[in-house]
Amino acid sequence: MNMKRTTLEKVFDVINIFGMFLIVVIMLYPIWNTLVISFNDARDTIRGGITLWPRVWSMFNYQSVFKNEYLLDAFFVSVVRTVISVVINVLSAGLLAYILSRNEFVLRKFLTIFMILTMYVSAGLIPQFFLIRDLGLYNNFWVYVLPGMVGPFNVIVVRTYIKSLPGSLVEAAKIDGAGELRIFLSIIFPLCLPVLATIALWVGVGAWNSWFDSFIFAPAQQHSTLQYELMKMLSASMQFGANQAPEYMMPGQEMRNIVTPNSIRAAMTIVATVPILFVYPFLQKYFVTVNIGSVKE
Amino acid sequence: MSDRNIPIIAPQKRGFFTMARSQKELLLLSIPFIVYFFIFSYYPLWGLTMAFQTFRPHLSFWEQEWVGLTHFKNLFSDKYFTQALYNTIMMSLINLVLHFVTAITFALFLNELRLRFFKRFVQTISYMPHFLSWIIVCGLMANMLSMDDGIINNLLMWFGIIDKPIHWLGTPGYFWGIVGVSNVWKSMGWNSIIYLAAMTAIDPALYEAAAIDGCGRFGRMWNITLPSIKPTIVILLILNAGWILNAGFEVQYLLGNSGLVMDVSETLDIFVLRRGFGSRSVIGYSYGTAAGMFKTVVSLVVITICNFAAKWVGEERLV
Repeated sequence: MNMKRTTLEKVFDVINIFGMFLIVVIMLYPIWNTLVISFNDARDTIRGGITLWPRVWSMFNYQSVFKNEYLLDAFFVSVVRTVISVVINVLSAGLLAYILSRNEFVLRKFLTIFMILTMYVSAGLIPQFFLIRDLGLYNNFWVYVLPGMVGPFNVIVVRTYIKSLPGSLVEAAKIDGAGELRIFLSIIFPLCLPVLATIALWVGVGAWNSWFDSFIFAPAQQHSTLQYELMKMLSASMQFGANQAPEYMMPGQEMRNIVTPNSIRAAMTIVATVPILFVYPFLQKYFVTVNIGSVKE
Repeated sequence: MSDRNIPIIAPQKRGFFTMARSQKELLLLSIPFIVYFFIFSYYPLWGLTMAFQTFRPHLSFWEQEWVGLTHFKNLFSDKYFTQALYNTIMMSLINLVLHFVTAITFALFLNELRLRFFKRFVQTISYMPHFLSWIIVCGLMANMLSMDDGIINNLLMWFGIIDKPIHWLGTPGYFWGIVGVSNVWKSMGWNSIIYLAAMTAIDPALYEAAAIDGCGRFGRMWNITLPSIKPTIVILLILNAGWILNAGFEVQYLLGNSGLVMDVSETLDIFVLRRGFGSRSVIGYSYGTAAGMFKTVVSLVVITICNFAAKWVGEERLV
């Protein structure tokens, strides 16, 4: 009886590990395959059958991405918008959270509700569009930064953190005659660095991944981002077929170093993914706390 | 524990203005935030008046033509709108069911993994797609489902299940399923975090007792783990049900781009976008705004009800 159960348990464990392995493969394969295609000669890729390893190694897809002026500009815009958004969001979330953490503040209740309501009430796309236009932000770089300057959810997370700090810190500083801004900058801000690092990563990933704001508010080529360029390529390939290369790129003709939309897209996908993978270990360190905090509210 | 958590006996009430005068600095610091929220979140609400007008962007507010509820009446006789509403609700329901079934099952089996290292490894890999943008995820999906050399078609043909490639993204019948699978691929691991966290709170003594009573692995999962996380499941289910009109926008827009599956891919958000900006008609802006307003108002009601329900259930549990 006892023996039998252990055998069953072993079978269960083996099947479970096998199932988990299958999930890992399903999660990784699409990205791995894209990586392989990005390093494979574009003309060879059209012949099909590229799965786990490049058949004809080539760096040309990446060379074309980094030689293309538009894509390079888009990459630059993506980086700049991400950095600025992160800096502004971290400062604003920290400061507002500090203000709202002060129990005696007369506007605390009002401001909290004023902020939280914005998470649920939205005017919708079209009124927002006219607001952006009226503010002169249409086709303006700052449309990437200003509308998302303060994240209510981030503020709640930071406020919860500040409330867990000893309140006597603020009292002591006040007795020493420090002003509010001074207390925030030299006491609260440094103490909040762990939670603010989390916020920075969240905002950074969000800004890096967003494309809809370019699509609606800043479609001009000079403000295009990496994700928006990817979106345009994806749209084209969805409409005309993934490997539908223009005539002059078709195999059989004697041409060296050609690129196809599909291979360029693979290289760009990797370029857009690498920064995420780079910060991923740091993200993972913190996200469990934030994820759980979101349910507690 | 901070001394802030100790209930303080209410200080002698001072007048609002006396208090405010001593908090000048805090007030000053909060002004930019009030202005920010007002401009970007409250002021645009005024734009909802567009839904009751035939809005022409070049005219001032006083010169607009008011049409009352005409746009709302037209919405409900517009078969594209009712179709979009239906699509949105159906895709939300499919996503909701898949979300819960996959995340909970995944968490249950992950919890049974004995090898610490392997468990961490699986978690790390499965959370990752959550951080990729929808553009990238949709691009990957399009590659996998491709007619030319997609792995899905290749595998199915290799196993002899089909004899010629299926045009997955061009067939309306598959679209909702593909949206569901994309969501699962992107978020299953991420969604499982909360259940895994709930499972760590289960008393190990319960498992020992069950083992002594002759309960197998499946028995323990079914009779101990699952009932223990039931409160978490119920509350999350109620909270998520509130977002029924938010089936998402990006997946449907990006994967439905071929135009072949428009009938089933168009959600309310896409309807607003296409009517608002895509049509040459003079009522476009107003009509789109009306559709968006309908969505916002209904969503708000449903979300509020669900939040209250979740709170009520949560309190019931405590009693």
